[in-house]
Amino acid sequence: MIVELGHFALILALTVAVVQTVLPLWGAQRDNPALMAVAAPAAVAQFALVALAFGVLTWAFVVSDFSLAVVANNSHTLKPMLYKVTGVWGNHEGSLLLWVLILALFGAVAAIFGTSLPARLRARVLAVQGSIGAAFLAFLVFTSNPFWRLVTPPLDGADMNPLLQDPGLAFHPPFLYLGYVGLSMAFSFAVAALIEGRVDAAWARWVRPWTLTAWVFLTIGIALGSWWAYYELGWGGFWFWDPVENASFMPWLFAAALLHSAIVVEKRESLKSWTILLAILAFGFSLLGTFLVRSGVITSVHSFASDPTRGVFILGLLAFFTGGALTLFALRAGSMEGKGVFALISRESALVANNILLAVSAMVVFIGTIWPLAAELLIGRTVSVGEPFFNATFTPFFVALAVILPAGAMLAWKRGDLPRALRQLVPALLLAGAFAALAFALQTGRSALGPIGLFLGTWVIFGAVTDLWLRTGRSGNRLSRLSRLPRADWGKATAHSGLGVVILAVAALHAWKIEVVTVVDTGGSFSLGAYDVLLKEVKQVAGPNYVSTTAEMVVTKGGADFATLYPEKRVYPVQAMPTTEAAIGYGPFADVYLVIGDPQAGGGWAVRGYVEPMANWLWAGAALMALGGILSLSDRRYRVAAGARRAVPQGVPAE
Amino acid sequence: MSRRGAKRLALALVLILAAGAAPAVQPDEILADPALEARAREIGREIRCPVCQGESIDDSNAPISRDLRIILRERLVAGDTNDEVIDYLVDRYGEFILFKPRATGANWILWLAGPVMLVAAGGVAVLALRRKSAPEPALSPEEQARLAELMRE
Repeated sequence: MIVELGHFALILALTVAVVQTVLPLWGAQRDNPALMAVAAPAAVAQFALVALAFGVLTWAFVVSDFSLAVVANNSHTLKPMLYKVTGVWGNHEGSLLLWVLILALFGAVAAIFGTSLPARLRARVLAVQGSIGAAFLAFLVFTSNPFWRLVTPPLDGADMNPLLQDPGLAFHPPFLYLGYVGLSMAFSFAVAALIEGRVDAAWARWVRPWTLTAWVFLTIGIALGSWWAYYELGWGGFWFWDPVENASFMPWLFAAALLHSAIVVEKRESLKSWTILLAILAFGFSLLGTFLVRSGVITSVHSFASDPTRGVFILGLLAFFTGGALTLFALRAGSMEGKGVFALISRESALVANNILLAVSAMVVFIGTIWPLAAELLIGRTVSVGEPFFNATFTPFFVALAVILPAGAMLAWKRGDLPRALRQLVPALLLAGAFAALAFALQTGRSALGPIGLFLGTWVIFGAVTDLWLRTGRSGNRLSRLSRLPRADWGKATAHSGLGVVILAVAALHAWKIEVVTVVDTGGSFSLGAYDVLLKEVKQVAGPNYVSTTAEMVVTKGGADFATLYPEKRVYPVQAMPTTEAAIGYGPFADVYLVIGDPQAGGGWAVRGYVEPMANWLWAGAALMALGGILSLSDRRYRVAAGARRAVPQGVPAE
Repeated sequence: MSRRGAKRLALALVLILAAGAAPAVQPDEILADPALEARAREIGREIRCPVCQGESIDDSNAPISRDLRIILRERLVAGDTNDEVIDYLVDRYGEFILFKPRATGANWILWLAGPVMLVAAGGVAVLALRRKSAPEPALSPEEQARLAELMRE
């Protein structure tokens, strides 16, 4: 009975979403306030109904109601409670329901907090948001209904893919979806602006917080996924250029470009049509990501819950929304001439360069991701595109980005003075050069990647620090002025130095990682870089729904204890699937990463060990970027004047 | 089945599966010469496991990946260069196993897309900026008068 309530709520949400789309759009066209006023309550109602459906599905998982096909196929009575709850979105139907829930949540938030928006724009934004909701609710109800009952329920479920039985599942998909779907707001604003035929600073001021929010969530989601892959997959890597990772990375790149170009619209009323295009592309690539993951059209280690027959439906949605918005763009973009003029050397130009590099690098990832599919369909050639390709073709774009970032971020609006900016950056440049030289001197016969990455990372970090410090003026109490700088300035410096930290970590991990594969007897030891590892004991341990081979390994560095680690090999009998649980000793400058392998015929155990230099810096850098976004989001101008239709006050600090 | 029974069955499964799975590079495959082994790793990362979903042979547990790892090491020991080893593998398993597709035929599109798009986007941007940053026409006499009026206010 409760399940049927959820089912009805889902169907009702679909009809509400259709109403939310049609009536306000019609009302905005006909200038009918009553029809336009339908949008906000409809958005809230849609969210409440989807939330009810989601709650019901969660309840079904918690009580293991195996009369539901989804629960029977993806759960098991022995599964720990945490994974019963997170298992709600560990499958195709449930994860789409989460997608729609977050979509409706954004719509409801915009409806509740968007009261200061002009009525017509608000009605159109909510209508476009409603149309996306309607499309995905239809997809859910007609092709992927989570409330499908089984005629004869099984006694127990088929359990969930063991790789997903991890706390990572509790956070990674929700954050990622908050990011993906958050971009739908930027899309809705862009389409509404195209229908209105008008883009101004107030519009940009509305779009930027939504984009920033989505980007912050996407950053956290991607970083969590990367960390999860790092500790769960047991390969010691953090990024595999897997199609599904790429699917989340492309919207991130476009969102990063969008939140920079929206600054130009907000401050200078320039780059309007380009910003609209980016908003469409950012969400378009979110949809594409959903398509890639959910259709299984591209094979990936991630597509745990995919079904080719559903791909056509999502492809249709993708074509409708992206194609429709781009057509509208082609028709209307001409009427959005920017106002601000600027010189070739200016903050605006630097942001254009940033946009080009981010957008083209995203397109490189896109072409690399679909090339195997395109080549097979079009010319019948089966090729693979993987990590070595992306490392070779994507990296140059980020190198270029890191090179221009510190100087570009310090140029003045409208007309900048490049030599002056460079002069101010000399200390940062010298510092970066010194770090690179140090790295070069310390390493012998390794790739140039380490020193180059160290140079770029330090350059970006100290460039951001220099920028922040120079904002405090020339004399007087600069420290107290530093603390009173607008949050946006702090956000900019924090996010940019976060990027610098990520560059440092990626370069270090690529250049200085150490790997050892060997056989050790119980009681024996081996050396791993500067560390010594002793295999003390291996024993069989039973978990709640798995059996584990657990090793106890003692890691010492120069005779001093570093960590005692317990790498595991697990087998989940219900799914008959082995997984490796790497054990990681986290250190400030390097992680020790251990994996236990198989017992060897001649005695002893196969073990793999890695020293992962600066791995922690990678997550710290991503966290800094997200924190920068949050700081920027909490800036006074968004807290006080969000949505107010008035001109940009003079003297607002950059960003 | 009792909980105890389930555990016993699971334990049996561990032993069966452990015999079948061969996780990633195995200790017995590793070459004694560290320089050759480093080259083997370099190549191994670029070769796709033919039966897996996007894993390199160095990361894959499939038996065929183990075979490929052993073959490539045999070729290296026999004195092949890296390119010769890769050619040898591609001749037998097809270009599908290359993670970095060769720049031949239509694959040029893949390789050149990035640089071409960058140059095109850069060109368009510079042209647009040139046009935009062209000096604004001087104010007409009427505008001058209006400006002066505004300034007085």
